[in-house]
Amino acid sequence: MAKETGWERNSDPLGIWEHRGKVAMVGRGHSTTDRRWDGESMDKTLGAYSLVAAQNAMEDAGISPDEVDGIISSAGGQANGQPLGEVWAPRPYFDPPYDSEDGLSHVTAEWLAKQLDLKNVTYMNSHGDTVWNLIGQAAQAIGDGRATVCLVTYPNGNMAGRYHQESSLEASGNAQWSSPWGWGLSGQGFTFDQYCRKYGSNHDRMAPFIVQEHKNGRLWPYSYYALHEPEPFTEEDYLNGRMIAKGLSIFDCDRPVQAAACYVVTTAERAKDMKQKPVYILDHTESAFRPRSLVQTLDDTEEWTDIQAKRAYAGSGLTPDDIDLFSPYDGFAVFTQYFLEAFEWRGVKRGDAHDFYAGDISLEGPNPLNAGGGNMGTGRMRTVFITDSMEQLQGRAGPRQVKGKAEIAVTIGVLPGNAGCLVFSSTPD
Amino acid sequence: MPRPIPVPDATSKPFWDACNEKRLIVQHCTYCDRKQFPPEPECRECGWHFHLSWLETSGRGTIVGYSVTYESRIQAWHPEQPFNNVIIALEEDPVINFHSNLPGVPVDEVPVGATVEVEFLEVTDGQLIPEWRVVS
Ligand SMILES: [Zn+2]
Repeated sequence: MAKETGWERNSDPLGIWEHRGKVAMVGRGHSTTDRRWDGESMDKTLGAYSLVAAQNAMEDAGISPDEVDGIISSAGGQANGQPLGEVWAPRPYFDPPYDSEDGLSHVTAEWLAKQLDLKNVTYMNSHGDTVWNLIGQAAQAIGDGRATVCLVTYPNGNMAGRYHQESSLEASGNAQWSSPWGWGLSGQGFTFDQYCRKYGSNHDRMAPFIVQEHKNGRLWPYSYYALHEPEPFTEEDYLNGRMIAKGLSIFDCDRPVQAAACYVVTTAERAKDMKQKPVYILDHTESAFRPRSLVQTLDDTEEWTDIQAKRAYAGSGLTPDDIDLFSPYDGFAVFTQYFLEAFEWRGVKRGDAHDFYAGDISLEGPNPLNAGGGNMGTGRMRTVFITDSMEQLQGRAGPRQVKGKAEIAVTIGVLPGNAGCLVFSSTPD
Repeated sequence: MPRPIPVPDATSKPFWDACNEKRLIVQHCTYCDRKQFPPEPECRECGWHFHLSWLETSGRGTIVGYSVTYESRIQAWHPEQPFNNVIIALEEDPVINFHSNLPGVPVDEVPVGATVEVEFLEVTDGQLIPEWRVVS
């Protein structure tokens, strides 16, 4: 199925979203979280986990499969529609429904609709966008009337081996401009280096943020760490992290995992009759940018994130003071500071992020940044940003429930250069 | 050390050919008066290709920042770890960047802000790539 286009809200200047408060998130469902798929257990494939997540989400919302008329899935969680890790082929496939790549290393909406026996689906989309964009797309489709009750599934898989490894000695395509000089994750290190030079900081000053994220993530039942490595992560652990590139240690990189999540997105009207308190969507915006030259510089990064913040505030009609919970993506931990400073949450301006990290960013305090723990505290499933925002606004975040007000939540991801931003509210206005 | 060798395509071939003549060139849109690197089929500003030409650069620049790679995903680079990854801004248009490993400069002792000059490094028979050395 072709990817739907033209739904994005990305042209400036943006006005208030025409469906502001008329679309809501209700249910959320997760599978458990593993480090990898072992290649044998058929109840632990990415497809099996997506089915579990979808069933949990429907049960959470109190709806039956027959009520679902829309489904959007991210095939593999990656922009190119490909799986994040290795694919299963060329090994022999299993019996149906695992007789192709679909259901193993990626999961399409078509596969899910068939397995879940969704009889009334009229709106379906599968592609590789990340969860923020998928929910933005679902919100727009529902607001426009193309669907009424839409499942949004986001699988993120991990098989054996290290991925993104490059053995070729031929640098073609984009690689001709980078691989001859061994450029890779040094890109994140370079931008961070520019940041530290411009504003006077250093890598160690990231520690309080990463430690807090791990602390929050240990309180989320689906976190890889809560499930498999519950012992606390300390500042000493962080400072001793092995460097991947200068400015980027192993603890600034998220841990790939095998997990799936699903959300029920519907009209504000229908949401009233469902089992959970609706979380209203006040706005969705999308953004994609390219570096001006060879690499993403700090100037590029600040320009892009400024535009993202401007769009989100223009589209929702809110100001930084209105945001109770802010959850910017952290897949490379350094991303968070660029988003945080652009959105000026809690008055944080350019260059202030590391000072802010040194203050009180705990769940109990006034500045609960990434209350769910982000990817650093949960693993690379990228869904805690959505689930935690929902649960905080619904007042069911349990031990993670912030002490302060929880009425407006904003989350943005996945990259400064390519992101979706969602504004959630506990009331429709 | 064997390292990944650039494979020229239709758009990039003039750049790599010029490297082999020890000239550093970038695209220039005469309509927008805008330099462009890496090369693309069209000018990113006006979207047209017929105003694009190639312009020889000064071959001078400034070090704007760097990182050090400890664990590369590119296997050919593993024996060289750790190594400098330096970004150069072109003197006449600092928006235009180039990569460098700054040969001869010890790891993590990169003089950010220093002026550099292009030189060319033969990475395989018949293919030079731009490299840079500190001049002040
Ligand atoms: Zn032009």
